[in-house]
Amino acid sequence: MTNKEKYDNVFMECLGLGAAQLSEALVYNSVKAWDSVGHMAMMAALEREFDIMLETDDIIDFSSYPKGMQLLAKYEVQF
Amino acid sequence: MDFWCDMERWGEATALAAEDGEGMTYAELSQAADEHVVHLATPAGQRGLAFLLAKNCPEAILGYLGFLRSRTVVALQPAGLHGEWLTKLLDAYQPQYLWLPKERAGELPGATELVSRGNYVLLATRAPFSPMHPELAQLLSTSGSTGSPKLVRQSYGNIAANAASIAEYLDIRSADRPITTLPMSYVYGLSVITSHLLRGATIVLTNRGVTEKGFWETLKAREATSFAGVPYTFEMLKRLRFGRMELPSLNVLTQAGGKLSAELVLEFARLCRDQGRKFVVMYGAVEATARMSYLPHSDALEKPASIGIPIPGGDMWLEDEDGHLVEGADRVGELVYRGDNVTMGYASCREDLSLGDDWNGVLHTGDIARRDDDRYYYLVGRKRRFIKVFGNSVNLDEVEQHIRNQGIDCACGGRDDRLCVYVVDASRAGTIAAFVQELTGLHRSACEVRVISEVPRNEYGKINYAALP
Repeated sequence: MTNKEKYDNVFMECLGLGAAQLSEALVYNSVKAWDSVGHMAMMAALEREFDIMLETDDIIDFSSYPKGMQLLAKYEVQF
Repeated sequence: MDFWCDMERWGEATALAAEDGEGMTYAELSQAADEHVVHLATPAGQRGLAFLLAKNCPEAILGYLGFLRSRTVVALQPAGLHGEWLTKLLDAYQPQYLWLPKERAGELPGATELVSRGNYVLLATRAPFSPMHPELAQLLSTSGSTGSPKLVRQSYGNIAANAASIAEYLDIRSADRPITTLPMSYVYGLSVITSHLLRGATIVLTNRGVTEKGFWETLKAREATSFAGVPYTFEMLKRLRFGRMELPSLNVLTQAGGKLSAELVLEFARLCRDQGRKFVVMYGAVEATARMSYLPHSDALEKPASIGIPIPGGDMWLEDEDGHLVEGADRVGELVYRGDNVTMGYASCREDLSLGDDWNGVLHTGDIARRDDDRYYYLVGRKRRFIKVFGNSVNLDEVEQHIRNQGIDCACGGRDDRLCVYVVDASRAGTIAAFVQELTGLHRSACEVRVISEVPRNEYGKINYAALP
């Protein structure tokens, strides 16, 4: 599985979304499931999936689907 | 004088600070509160009911205060309330007014716009005015309601008493600057606002949560001094390595809204001690306006599992199943609270708003607790009057009360995934089954109605559930 596929799977599983909903427009609070509870579940899932430890600043800066990919680049997760 | 009528005394002190730094003084807030209510068209000698769909924004707060100042009964609900639920509540309560974000005004096609301010609009419905109890001030939602639009009736005296008590034990001062972490429509969030307005403090307004960068930026930029959290907030804070954050203005954290594990209380109590902050664990319920007890911050390390001691002006004791006082340390009983903040009772429809005080200042919390030698209280569980049905909590007492309100004597029991209603009148069994399914939304297979010859009661007239077949 590519990193992009892994990343997408985490979003779809944690937020209960379909592939069609993963887009630039997917931002924090734009879907009901992406609230604080969904956010923290997704951060934990990404850490497991990519075997990384996210910094606090990155967890709170993770405000959209595209932004997340940018942030993960710092942890040497390439898309 | 009640603080909401007397806010002018704080004059040029800042009452509200928005994320962008825009502020509103107490003088401006008082004026704005009155400006909006002059548009109400309540006939002389009557009172209106207003629904407020609240965000943490100046408009919601000034609207709330305007309703209090004009003695318009106000029902607080979240701005994001599901449309279906809003319709259900409006049907049940027939409010004359709504103060809500403009984007939701379209959901009320029959209503007339009276005035707007910022992104809020005041609407008038065509609902007729009808009498409400003179002391009734506001209506708040309770958690765990079963399918019915149940609200808690809080009086002006309740709001004043609880805000004053909280301000006293937290030693709130005019220099304090709490940042909103909870919705204003949630009883804990509202109590943070009222207890700070009482002391002339500055409320820093945000709708963001601790998982958002904007929240922390606002906290720092507006130099917030305190925030409130429910148990889940503290779990997130731990995960966010809160202890490593640089937040020099912050000096008080409060926790309520459920039981935080003793380990997390200890962890935050240690962290706060090391960083020169106070960590205050509190206990309450919407039926008690908000707060009933608090754990003084200096005791948090020694008694991390405790909900502390009654708030100033309150009294607590334990009772056994027959209503007898449970004395002595480490014996368990139902936690009972007495104080001026015990609310008037519940409502489920407009007519209930004329009811008087059902509880006379005494609240049976339904929580089972014990007390230690120093008279500090500890929650040990819930009274066994809840069952879980397919993951949903069903309050047996509440279901029982709803059926009794239909004029039918009954007792509710059962076990998880099986609600059992015991009735005496066999001819009503079919009606009750349908009524309970509608009330709770439970699948019919999960609800059973059984006919018995008599509802068993003890010498005090309380139902003896153990004697049910």
